[in-house]
Amino acid sequence: MSELKGIYALWYREFKVFLREKSRIVASVVNPIMWLLIIGGGIGSAVSFGGVNYQTFIYPGVLIQSALFASIFFGTYIVWDKKIDFMKEVLVAPISRTSMFVGKILGGATDTLIQLSILIVIGFVFMQTGLMADLQLNVFSVLASFAILLVTIVGLISIGLIMGSQMESPEGFQLISTFVIMPMFFLSGALFPIDNLPSWLAPVVLLDPVTYSVDGLRAVMLGTSTFSFALDFAAVSAFSLVMVAIGTYAFKKMKV
Amino acid sequence: MHVIETKNLTKKYKDLTAVDSISLEVEEGEIFGLLGPNGAGKTTILMMLTTLRPPTSGSATINGFDIVKQPDQVRKSIGIVFQDPSSDDILTGYENLKLHGMLYGMPDDLREKRIEEVLKLVDLTERKNDLVKKYSGGMRRRLELARGLMHHPKILFLDEPTLGLDPQSREHIWQYIEKMAKEEKITIIITTHYMDEADRLCDRLAIIDNGKIVVLDTPENLKKIIGGDVIRLKGLKGNDINIDALKSLKFVLKIKKSDGEVSLTVKDAGKNLQEILKVAGIVDSAEVHSPTLDDVFLHYTGKAIRDDSPEGGWAERMMHVRAGH
Repeated sequence: MSELKGIYALWYREFKVFLREKSRIVASVVNPIMWLLIIGGGIGSAVSFGGVNYQTFIYPGVLIQSALFASIFFGTYIVWDKKIDFMKEVLVAPISRTSMFVGKILGGATDTLIQLSILIVIGFVFMQTGLMADLQLNVFSVLASFAILLVTIVGLISIGLIMGSQMESPEGFQLISTFVIMPMFFLSGALFPIDNLPSWLAPVVLLDPVTYSVDGLRAVMLGTSTFSFALDFAAVSAFSLVMVAIGTYAFKKMKV
Repeated sequence: MHVIETKNLTKKYKDLTAVDSISLEVEEGEIFGLLGPNGAGKTTILMMLTTLRPPTSGSATINGFDIVKQPDQVRKSIGIVFQDPSSDDILTGYENLKLHGMLYGMPDDLREKRIEEVLKLVDLTERKNDLVKKYSGGMRRRLELARGLMHHPKILFLDEPTLGLDPQSREHIWQYIEKMAKEEKITIIITTHYMDEADRLCDRLAIIDNGKIVVLDTPENLKKIIGGDVIRLKGLKGNDINIDALKSLKFVLKIKKSDGEVSLTVKDAGKNLQEILKVAGIVDSAEVHSPTLDDVFLHYTGKAIRDDSPEGGWAERMMHVRAGH
């Protein structure tokens, strides 16, 4: 019972901090909008895939990009917590490392989902104004999207937390996390269709767990995708389960 | 049952023995001090007793619970105020306390009542809804003192409680600590390198140097060991003080030379000072006082604990980081 209270306590802290750092929320929304309008508009004037305009095509990818950044960067806060010694306060409380990890995931997931919700609303607006007319955002597709997004970000936050628990400097973290986020994003088919890829590219793309998140989102939002939503959801879930297991272990091993 | 008991508690890093076989017992309700220079191992001892670091060898029990085998029970019994501020800046004082209460599984109504109590104890009730970012150093310490007490621990650990504070804040913190000890009836363990702090607050203290306990007793008994008043003489460059002549004076009980100064233990310094200065030769400065813990430390280790180590947060942290704490 007190473990649950402890988890709630950690979530409460992350949420309060998130609400107070308004610049974080604004920054997280500006970037995706630029991608949609500039890259989407610019490249979209020359190409289109899957029967929809390019902006609509990359919209799921933009959501995933936002999820990648928000989730993995969440790990920076662990490095900061260690630096300002707030971590000690948590470590000395009678709460298990596992609960600590769960609390952090829930906190990070709440923050990221709020950011993604803002983007979904923007997507809805673009859909209504005809900019992304082929986007299918209805109750079902939004719920399904949130489901696969949630599973994705749990896995991604775990990656961020794993890195954060083992690193000491926030600058180092930001550097290394970029090396993780960039490949994951570009190899996920966010910007191009993943059927008919050259044989050197195809395997890597198919190994990227985020590929299945993008594909799953396309399935429900665009009506066209390479794999079925069920397969995508299963693939991402498996990825996240593994990451959560590793993350729990990493937290247990974390040194003050 | 001693409320804290350690047996040969040791912590070794790769080629450094930070804590060397510490055995001590603390009684319930005591204010117990660990006094020593920076790097002596005090904070490492604290880290082990508060389950933040495992010992390399040896054992310890806190409130009857083993620090390695029953860490959660230990954590429920203790509160800590760390050397470096460990509250969350972006939360208010009240929120930091609420968070702490939740982390320790306190029931809501008990928690709210307790928040009021501890805020009143450290006089922070008016500022409870301000962000901790806006607190001064002294206020943060007070908040963390309050936080350490939230869950009614049996033992409170204070790591360098007045490090980096101005004299007025230090005095206030000492008063809060004394008030806490009386009203909360808890055992308090203080680590410090400030002699005046140890002397003022502690019922008993252990002097730590190089990871070992050098001596353990009440401040009064320790000072009695010196056996007389202390005169410190500094010679001029190139002109040594005449130690042999001083040795022959019958009221000079002890002479110790260190760091370019001579420390004499004498009977009745007031009466005999003139004779001493005559015999000593050319002297740059002379200082007379009744025994302090600094003299005790010098007596046992041949070194002085000087307060000229870098003060306060950042510099202290760098030293700790380099020492691998």
